[in-house]
Order: sequence, then structure tokens, then C-alpha cells
Amino acid sequence: MQSTLEPQTSFAVTDKGFYGRFGGAFIPEMLYPNVEELRQSYLQIMADPAFQAEFQQLLEDYVGRPTPLFLARRLSEQVGATVYLKREDLCHTGAHKINNTIGQILVAQRLGKKRIVAETGAGQHGVATATVCALMGLECIVYMGSIDMERQKPNVDRMRMLGAEVRPATSGSQTLKDATNEAMRHWINNPVDTHYIIGSVVGPHPYPDMVARFQSVISEEIRKQLFAKTGRENPDYVVACVGGGSNAAGAFYHFLNEPSVRLVATEAAGLGVSSGHSAATTALGKPGVLHGSRTILMQTEDGQVTEPYSISAGLDYPGIGPLHAHLFDTGRGDFYAITDDDAIQAGFNLSKLEGIIPAIETAHALAALPKMGLTPTDVVVVCLSGRGDKDLSTYSKYL
Amino acid sequence: MTSSITQNRITDLFAQKSDRLLNVYFTAGFPNLDDTLTVLRGLQAAGVDLVEIGMPYSDPVADGETIQQSNGKALENGMSLKTLFAQLASCRQEITVPILLMGYVNPVLQFGVENFCQQCRAVGVDGVILPDLPLDLFLAEYADIFRAYGILNVNLITPQTSDERIRHIDAESDGFIYMVSSASITGSTKGISEPMRAYFDRIRAMQLRNPRLIGFGINDHETFDTACQYANGAIVGSAFIRHLQDHGTSPESIRAFVGTIRS
Repeated sequence: MQSTLEPQTSFAVTDKGFYGRFGGAFIPEMLYPNVEELRQSYLQIMADPAFQAEFQQLLEDYVGRPTPLFLARRLSEQVGATVYLKREDLCHTGAHKINNTIGQILVAQRLGKKRIVAETGAGQHGVATATVCALMGLECIVYMGSIDMERQKPNVDRMRMLGAEVRPATSGSQTLKDATNEAMRHWINNPVDTHYIIGSVVGPHPYPDMVARFQSVISEEIRKQLFAKTGRENPDYVVACVGGGSNAAGAFYHFLNEPSVRLVATEAAGLGVSSGHSAATTALGKPGVLHGSRTILMQTEDGQVTEPYSISAGLDYPGIGPLHAHLFDTGRGDFYAITDDDAIQAGFNLSKLEGIIPAIETAHALAALPKMGLTPTDVVVVCLSGRGDKDLSTYSKYL
Repeated sequence: MTSSITQNRITDLFAQKSDRLLNVYFTAGFPNLDDTLTVLRGLQAAGVDLVEIGMPYSDPVADGETIQQSNGKALENGMSLKTLFAQLASCRQEITVPILLMGYVNPVLQFGVENFCQQCRAVGVDGVILPDLPLDLFLAEYADIFRAYGILNVNLITPQTSDERIRHIDAESDGFIYMVSSASITGSTKGISEPMRAYFDRIRAMQLRNPRLIGFGINDHETFDTACQYANGAIVGSAFIRHLQDHGTSPESIRAFVGTIRS
């Protein structure tokens, strides 16, 4: 399992934290010591055999890894290709998010931190953070946009039951972007004893790289499992949804340097890319700086960050991780914009065909399948990043 | 040391005056779009030593609620860098006090860094504070442009900044060093604690080549006075924004505010 944490030779982050022209650490001086402490220690901590042993053990015994790679026969038949689902929805807490929070809580412990702060959109990262804080006995504060607190109420209750304090972010659009602002402000106010567990491959270096490494277990397992099932390690396509892009980064990681594998990222088009109510960052954004990194972000001509919209709280973010901006920039990734309606339909479709109710975020990945021009010999792996229980109130409006 | 800007209203000011300097921050286009010059005139008439004009941004992560809200209101009013430079176009016919622009890096990047520096020069802006543009990135990518137009880049230090890094920042800074008073976002009203005094003392003892102004949490005469015991002066922001909101932008009102800070 050691290879999970080994850097890739290209598409890897530079020592200054850049992926091509994206990345870096655009942070106020108030955060410099914290981020620098993390930058100087994360690779060393993660390479420590004792850390590795504890991380792998928890992934196995607590998270439930490896997660299955499931051949979705009826879906395959429908789309006319061989489709495997990487079942991250079967992770403890119901999504891939916990791969990262397990890793980061172990890093936080080794840095001597006493308190954890996090942001959350759909609540999945908040729940995954609250979970590992309960496991390790650390205080946990989660910022969540007040609009998201309403539309993801069950996750708010779960976090509270796990002992976390959930604080509403009431500024701006009151969604993920604003929750992230508040978590960063909290970190500025509590720099010494607090670790900020960012939930996606966003933020200042080293976060995008650290989170990608923790999530890279997804593609490591895909390779092994696909080989065991088919005799080949590389599928033709890996498909994942991208808000900030952590499940996509994990699913792509070990295929980044395999040009025969097309990497397909799906963004939330909301009511339509040109509707003014969208979160399709690469379609609508341009290079800029948000939450500590240079990336592609949705913004006005004057450089003010645009309020995104998606039916999915986890994709409702105006930027993407710098790695994904680089994949888009270089043409290494194919980016699709999926509307609310297409995603909902794909969610119902998978439920009825395979008996799996996906998170609405994940449904955006599934919705790309009919649009990819697949042929019968194609082997496709879709990262089934999360389960849909949290979204039932949204899905039920379409029943 | 790459710095080379020696002649500028800010450096001139510090050459003439080295203590009890008062720098006041306000947000451009707040409370109303056309208030920028009114407030600027009011501050000059009230005798402040420097002014810091906030360039409003949608996501000001280093700022507390007061400045966040003034940024939001200014954007609602239609403020932009283009509008701000238009408002400041002929201000130097009457405004002699040094002017800094303070804000976040993304709007400046979208405006174009060279275009931005050129406009600063054209309207008579002397320095810029961009908290989320770290020094190493500034030096690598933008320092030459700033220098070519004679615009100072003011850097921040905090209680957590290491001595080594403070020395580096001091070597690479011109004008003054912005000492963030405590581990906090703007707008604190908790006063000045013993650990803050110890930090102020530590920095004073380092005998930096640049003068120092203390900001964040300076909101009344007492905090201003204390800050001035340890540095060359202090910066007031959120308290002034609250004053503008509650008491308006008249010269008398601004004079009264500055009066309460100074004495």
C-alpha cells in the first residue's frame, strides 16, 4: 500500500505548490506560519512507516476499504460499454470524504493540534470530519452555509450527534464558498492550536497535494481491482464529478501519467451553462485567485467571485482545485457540464437499474455516460463518490 | 535587498515624522458610491497622516464583519477599480496626504498588474497593501512592475511571524511594516493584552530598518495611544467604518472621530 503516497512524475505539484500555472499559496501573512508548518512536515509525516501503518489500518478497519469495484451490468447494457462503479458510497459515513479526514486528523495529531475546524457544502465532509474528531477525541467546529444547513438538514444533525459544533456561515451566498471563508477566518483567529481540515483539493499549497494523496487510494484500488477482474490495469475512461474535485483527484491520481486513460470531469451546470444559475467553473471561469490558490474561478470582469448555483450542495463552488485547472488547461481532462435535470435523471436511472441511490453530486458523473460517445469495447470506471440518502428530500420532489 | 524606491509621499512622511502617525482605512464607495473623495477630504482636513482606501472584494478572508459588510455594500453600490481610479483621477489637486490602496489580489490580477500600477501612478497612489499576495510571489512575479511605477508594496507581520522571516520582510519592504496586532481578523474590540505588548516589544527591539504601524484592533484613543508607545503609529479601520455608518461622512463628523482617536 506504500505507493499510495508516492508522488507522480508529471502532473505532480512543484515544490512551490504549482500545477502548471495553477496552485501556489496566496495566503495572508496571518496564515503563513500554519501553512508553512504543514508544508514543511506533511510529506515527512506521511512517509513515516508508523503513520502509514495507522492510516492503512484505519482505512481498512474503520472506513471499510478496499471499497468494491462493481460491474454494473444493466447500466453497461444501457450505455453500450463496460461500466464499473468504484463504490466510495460504501465508505463509512457514505462518501469518499473520510479517506482525507482520516489522513488529516493523523497529521493534526502529529502536529500537536487540539482543535479541528472545517468547512462543508453538502455536509459530507463535515460529517467525515466530525466522525474522525469523535474517533480521536478532538474538538470539532464545522462552518456550513446557512442555506446548505437547510437543504442538508440530516447531515447537520449527524454532525451534532457526533459532537461537532456546526456554525452557520451567513455571509455572501451562504453556501460552500462562504463556509470556506469563515473556516479560514477561524483559523486566522486560532493559529496555534487549530488544524484546518480542508475537504477538497483546494486551498493553499500543500492542501491540494495532501488531499489528493490521501484520496489517491481510490485509483490505487481501481487499478488492482480492474486488473484482477479484466487482466488490464487501465480503463479507457475514469469519470468523476468535480466541485472542488477531491474524489476526481483520487480517482485520476494513478492514471495521470497514463495517456491512454481519458480522465472525465463533470461539473454542475445548474439550470444550464448560460442560464446565470450554474457552477460549471471551466465553462464560465477564468484564471484567478480563490481560497489561497491560483485556479480557474467564476468571477465578474472586475474579479469579484460569482455566486455559483447547483442543485447539489457539494458542487456549488465557484472554483476547482488547481490540479483540475491544470488538467483542463493542458487538455489532459475532458470536462462536461451537467444540468440539474440531467443529474436527477441519472440518479433515478442508477437507482432503478442497479439498486444504488447515488448522491446528487455523483449523479453528475453518471449523467456524462450517454454524452461520451462510448463504444462497446470501452471500459469505463465511474467514481461513485457518495450515497444519496442525504439527498432524498431533493430527489423526492421528482418522484 | 531588491528595494529601491526612496522618493515617495510615504517615505517623505516617515522622514519628517516618526511618531504618533495615524493611518485611517475606509472602503471605497462606502456608504455611498460617490463618498470616496468626501471621506478622503474629511480625513485630510482632520489631520490624519496617511489614508488607506479599501478596494472592495467579494471574499475578504482577513476581515471581520464590519469591513466585510462595507465591502459588500460598496460592491452593491457599483464600486470597481475602474470607478475608483476615475474618482481619484484629479484628487492630487487637493489631497496631499499619502494614499495606500488596500485589498485582495484577485481584482488587481483581473485589472492587470501593470495597468493597476500605471493607474496608481497616474492618480497619485503611493502604496498598496494586498494581504493575500505573499512576499515570495510578489518578488518573483510583480516586484519589478511595482518598482517601475514607484509604487510601494507594504507587507504584514503577525505575532506568529518568525524573526528570520521578519528580517526578510524588512529587507524587502519600503515605506513601512504593517504589524498585525494579534492573531485575528480585523475589527477586534478586545483591547491590547500583555502578550500583544510583549510582541510589540520584541519587534521594537529588533530595530528594523522600516518604520512600523500597528493595525487590527486599534479602535479608540487608548488602543491608539498604547500602539504608539511601541511603534511609529497605528492604523484604524473597522472603528472608522462603524463611525461612517452611524454618523455619516460630514467633515465635522470625521474630525470628531479622528479627535477621539488622537486625544
